[in-house]
Amino acid sequence: MVRLITHNLLACHVKGCTSNNFPLKFQDVQIELQEADFNPDMITNLLPRLEWGALVDAARLVGDTSLPPEQPEMMDDDLLRKLHHVLLEIHVVEGVMICPNCSHSYPISNGIPNMLLAEHEIG
Amino acid sequence: MSRPEFQAPPEILLNIPPGDPAILLDIGCGSGLSGEILDEEGYIWAGCRYCPKYAWWVALEREVEGDLFLQDVGQGFGFRPGSFDGAISISVLQWLLNAETSHPTSSPPHRLNRFFTTLHSALRNPSRAIFQFYPTSDDQIQLITSIAQKAGFGGGIVVDYPNSNKARKVFLCLFVGGGGGGQQQQLPMGLAGDGDEHARFENRREKERKRDRSGKRKAVKDKDWILKKKELYRQRGKEGVPRDSKYTARKRKPAF
Repeated sequence: MVRLITHNLLACHVKGCTSNNFPLKFQDVQIELQEADFNPDMITNLLPRLEWGALVDAARLVGDTSLPPEQPEMMDDDLLRKLHHVLLEIHVVEGVMICPNCSHSYPISNGIPNMLLAEHEIG
Repeated sequence: MSRPEFQAPPEILLNIPPGDPAILLDIGCGSGLSGEILDEEGYIWAGCRYCPKYAWWVALEREVEGDLFLQDVGQGFGFRPGSFDGAISISVLQWLLNAETSHPTSSPPHRLNRFFTTLHSALRNPSRAIFQFYPTSDDQIQLITSIAQKAGFGGGIVVDYPNSNKARKVFLCLFVGGGGGGQQQQLPMGLAGDGDEHARFENRREKERKRDRSGKRKAVKDKDWILKKKELYRQRGKEGVPRDSKYTARKRKPAF
């Protein structure tokens, strides 16, 4: 399953694709919700490495609008829980991720994204 | 399928304070056994595996919580800089030494270089990557460590039970920055059978130079063996068995 936390870390690694290669755009996605244990320390620890804008956009695309568009200075428990849900409990099962720069498609099937590149795309 | 054999829990190998939340990368997560350990320890992790059929099986049968990718790591990773707090890899590195096609990007040095440079970028500073793998020669170890070094990693090779054929395990321990172990990079100590072989890159090279690679193993056909064989032939009644003398089993000058 591709969780939104992982998607938030993913960029395109095609040869020469080094700018505007993040975030990968979701398309035709099917999602599943799976509960995960809430660990506020874990979520707080993740905050500095998140790209908030990309996360909010991805969440909106899969139907979740619980997060504010700007990363807040202070995170209360309620917001941490919402973030936990968006990051760890939404799983993309089917769909495609498309690079905004080179348009390479990474298909997702059975929850597993195919990151394999063709020979000419290897850096 | 080899079982992952952690000699210690992941957090010790990766120098992550126990209980600290972390995102980890499992390279070559295979059957998901290592993933289960990561799940149990409460880490968020992503894993990659190069076998479409198997990856699907892993996701369904093992119900691991980590996100799995179908990926050939010799093509490099596509993660944002500093994404992961550590990386582990069991029994994968030797696969990067295979060239599956004749395309230049398929050559082992190219693949290793792509792998280590993108991995270095994907790891936080400081952090560690630990690989347990099966090198078939010192040349392979040398190639891997030199490319890892060029990619910016510190660290070295640690061998557990170096003198045991069965228990011997080779680990590559790589550091980004200081490796999170304070100012001094500390390689984990190899488990000793007798004497460990933990060495940094420079020491490793020196040791290899000193080691006598041309030394032959003890010859199977030594004098005792030859004498026994001749006696056997005589008993069997074979004709023309030379008599034993002081020249029997003497080493001859190579004819060619």
